[in-house]
Amino acid sequence: MQLQVDAIGKSYGTTAVLKGVSFSLSDGEQALLLGPSGSGKSTLLNIICGLQRPDQGSVAIDNQVIASPDSTAKSDEVRRTSLGIVFQTLRLVSALSLRANLELAQKLQTGRVDSGLIDESLDRLDISHRAGARPFQLSQGEAQRAAIARAVVVSPKLLIADEPTSALDRENTRRVAELLIEMAKTVGAGLLIATHDDRLGDFFPQNYALDQGELKSC
Amino acid sequence: MLTLAIAYLRDRPLTTILNVLLLAISVAMLVLLLQFGSQFEKRFEKDAEGVDLVVGAKGSPLQLILSSVFHIDQPTGNIPLSSLELLRGDPATGRVIPLALGDNFEGYRIVGTDETFLDLHQAEIAQGAMFEAPMQAIMGASVAAETGADLGQQFIGSHGLSADDGADTGHDHAPFETVGVLAPTGTVIDRLILTSVESVWDVHGIAHDHDHDHGSDADHADHDHHGEHGHADDGHDHAKEDAQQTARLQSVQSELQPELTALLVSYRNASGAIRIPAMINRQTEMQAAVPAVETARLLSLLGVSLEGARIFAWLLAAIGGLAIFVALFSMARSREGDLALLRVMGATRRQLFSTILLEGLVTAAAGAALGWLLAHSLLTVARNSFATMRDLGLSAWQPVSQEGLIILAVLIIGMVAAIIPALRVMRVDPAAILSRAG
Ligand SMILES: Nc1ncnc2c1ncn2[C@@H]1O[C@H](COP(=O)(O)OP(=O)(O)OP(=O)(O)O)[C@@H](O)[C@H]1O
Ligand SMILES: [Mg+2]
Repeated sequence: MQLQVDAIGKSYGTTAVLKGVSFSLSDGEQALLLGPSGSGKSTLLNIICGLQRPDQGSVAIDNQVIASPDSTAKSDEVRRTSLGIVFQTLRLVSALSLRANLELAQKLQTGRVDSGLIDESLDRLDISHRAGARPFQLSQGEAQRAAIARAVVVSPKLLIADEPTSALDRENTRRVAELLIEMAKTVGAGLLIATHDDRLGDFFPQNYALDQGELKSC
Repeated sequence: MLTLAIAYLRDRPLTTILNVLLLAISVAMLVLLLQFGSQFEKRFEKDAEGVDLVVGAKGSPLQLILSSVFHIDQPTGNIPLSSLELLRGDPATGRVIPLALGDNFEGYRIVGTDETFLDLHQAEIAQGAMFEAPMQAIMGASVAAETGADLGQQFIGSHGLSADDGADTGHDHAPFETVGVLAPTGTVIDRLILTSVESVWDVHGIAHDHDHDHGSDADHADHDHHGEHGHADDGHDHAKEDAQQTARLQSVQSELQPELTALLVSYRNASGAIRIPAMINRQTEMQAAVPAVETARLLSLLGVSLEGARIFAWLLAAIGGLAIFVALFSMARSREGDLALLRVMGATRRQLFSTILLEGLVTAAAGAALGWLLAHSLLTVARNSFATMRDLGLSAWQPVSQEGLIILAVLIIGMVAAIIPALRVMRVDPAAILSRAG
């Protein structure tokens, strides 16, 4: 897997939030996107995830464009099958059981349900015993792991997480970071995490810092 | 998407159950009204076919028609035997059928008549033969099927016209013998037991010249004995509705004479229609009633009340639709997050739209199915617990094509109710929602 982010620019009105951001992530690589609040981390991730469109530049996975100023149905399709996303606020569907949440994600993103992969992921994340529970019946930590499981069971090429640990204490921050790293390795996906929490820096070989709309390696 | 729609419905069981119930009640009402309307009308038409005029004792003309054509109500009274000869002798009449009512067997009316009654309903004997001798009887198809009566079997009539009229009022002394069973006709005759008029007289200890002398009639007036047969006539000291008949018999005639309950008349030519009713009503103590007029009046009375109920039921269905709309609309907000997420995971706008639409549709379908079952179960219960319903020939599981239309209409209501919330959901902007905290 090769993620190629190429000269992404984005403005809100007259304020330029991203001014030509470029970086790349090669197969199985893991990177942290650091930056103070308001620096545009979420904006960048949203563009990669297809939630927002860039004003300039493009994002490609394995040379297939997944985001550009004029995104197409084809880029939607590639993005859908390539990305696993862990949202900061988890976003589990509360009407469905944990297991049904994972199945729904698989159905939508890969077109088929793979129970073996679900079992394995639940097992690794230590929540198999909660598979039948509804999201609101889960503890905060369990729900966090459930959200990771949902991003992982679609066998993504790239696992993306925006502020996955902002609500967690030091101990749980460490655990979640370790789990994300481990699960990404298990499914052979790259990992990209955006956070303002530089405690996470120690876990990653490669850190980028977003500042004044520009990206610096550090 | 269906699983998701159902999961959403199960997620708020109270609202869902309420909405389903609302629709179910309205569907049940509509189906019941339809069933009553169509079955009554069909039944009325079929049973009254071939009867131009009914002649009976004075009283309510509707009651006369109900009792002697449809065999539902109590008779208005008795008429003299001589009326039969009078009308049969008239050149303007075609068929004149005598009817003598009074008893039942397990709720099925025993009708004293002759073979012209079979002609009227185009009934044919499926097994056995026509009654000939006194106390021989033939059974309508439904009677035979439901009582399990066989040829040659004896049965005893009870006084009154339905099973619940009185339990211990049997005519044990005068058992009938089943000599024939009729083929099903789909008319009221299926639910009747036919015998000769004379047999009905015999049961009630009325002397008649067919096989008895007239004898001293005063002896019979006190219901003590029936000389010829030599058995106690204990069938007559009972029952309220019988009391009026007895009283009438005693006061008006002070003796038991061979009488009839009604005559079913058809005309030979148009002049009869003008002359005969006028003659009966003016020159005799009897009345003449026209089935077509009475049933039309009954149906229009029924029609007005059915119409009111129908409007109410549709109103209820509309409220059900509104309830679905409110539920889905108010849900849309709290579900925006979910739906935005589904969009990001690759669900198309069409899929989101159909999820919401399905929710409305599933609710409506559940309501329609439940209502339909409810209506037909109620019909079954009604049939099993009220003899009148059976006598009306109300069948429980005979769907009418318009029921399909009702169900379709309710499904459309469910769908229409869901369209606006579904359109709203289609327009969610996943980015705006997902980047929002919480
Ligand atoms: N829809 C919008 N309209 C206008 N301005 C916006 C919009 N979304 C974000 N911004 C602005 O763009 C800048 C970058 O926002 P973004 O959410 O990307 O920051 P962030 O790095 O994720 O911050 P945090 O760490 O607090 O999550 C902020 O100044 C924000 O106010
Ligand atoms: Mg952010």
